[in-house]
Amino acid sequence: MNAWLPFPVISAMLLGTWLLLNESWSAANVLFGSAVAVLGAWVLVRLDAPALILRRLWLALELGRRVAVDMARSNARVARLVLKDKRARTPGFVRIGLSVRSHYSLAVLACIITATPGTSWVAYEPVTNVLVIHVLDLVDDDDWGVIVLVRYEGILKEIFG
Amino acid sequence: MSIFVLTVALFISKVFLTLAVATAAYRILRGPRAQDRVLGMDTLYVNAMLLLLVFGIGSGTTLYFEVALVIGLLGFVATLTLAKFLLRGEVIE
Amino acid sequence: MNALADLPPWASVMTSLLVLVGSGLALVGSIGLVRFKTFYERVHAPTLGSTLGLFCILAASMLYFSMAQTRAVVHEILIGIFVTTTTPVTFLLLVQASVYRDRFEGSDPLAGLGEDRAVVKTLVPSSGIANGSTAPPGC
Repeated sequence: MNAWLPFPVISAMLLGTWLLLNESWSAANVLFGSAVAVLGAWVLVRLDAPALILRRLWLALELGRRVAVDMARSNARVARLVLKDKRARTPGFVRIGLSVRSHYSLAVLACIITATPGTSWVAYEPVTNVLVIHVLDLVDDDDWGVIVLVRYEGILKEIFG
Repeated sequence: MSIFVLTVALFISKVFLTLAVATAAYRILRGPRAQDRVLGMDTLYVNAMLLLLVFGIGSGTTLYFEVALVIGLLGFVATLTLAKFLLRGEVIE
Repeated sequence: MNALADLPPWASVMTSLLVLVGSGLALVGSIGLVRFKTFYERVHAPTLGSTLGLFCILAASMLYFSMAQTRAVVHEILIGIFVTTTTPVTFLLLVQASVYRDRFEGSDPLAGLGEDRAVVKTLVPSSGIANGSTAPPGC
């Protein structure tokens, strides 16, 4: 966090994107990419984005692994539900009381919940910190809140604070 | 032999993806409500993007990759704008 | 016209399998889009194609071009990153637009939810607007 590099993580991501897009590691590309990365971070300063601090980077890998496992599992489940008889499932809305409040945690949680087929983010009430999700097949009334809380909320809190 | 396997697999997957585009188009035409049509359009462009990636493997050039990238980004903006329009009735506030 | 490169057998079988699984998932997702009855159920179907279906086809493309050009071709990761970060945003906004439109027409899908009731299994048509914004911050 300084005047030249206000968002180091995002600048590194922008540089990586630039190099991947051009498929070369030549000095000119690294130079241009660095310029884009620094300027892009300055745009975020003008937009008043909250500071992004990743506390424990190795936990992000663990988060990615959990998301990948859940994504594969729920893909298989939803595919089975689509091809099966349509009376065999009970869709519904579920209310979950959250304890994370950090904007980045909530944004990542929204991406995870919507990206796993079978659950989608419907509403969030900032005053009460309550999240409403829609579930394609409710197996048990309580288990969806438990899944979100146990599998994602703790780890997100540790990564983003 | 390995070319034959790959050719058959690519052909079948092109058929699958074309059918997927057709079902998404059916949802666009059928509705019943505006948000269903927007969802159908979103599915249609994702399927078209996958179809282009498969075409890219079949043709052996990386040119299709760039087309798929542009479709992915522009489709996102288009769907977002339509959803925003449904939410407020105005695109730009 | 056949510009396919002659890959080693394991690579071509892997590419074929990944392409077939990916396009199959995209097709199943689109079928779900037609078969499901309500909008809130339909939202779940296309995510099949845009998550695991997309990853399978991207992995096939990366494997094929890396073997055919004998160098690591990894720029497909970019499409994966862009689509996985953008699709949730669109679906989220679309669901919110749908809830808003349903409420506007007097049938709140979330009407049965409250402090005492954590789960609503079916869409209960009645009126009533919950307090607070429905948008998550940061999206």
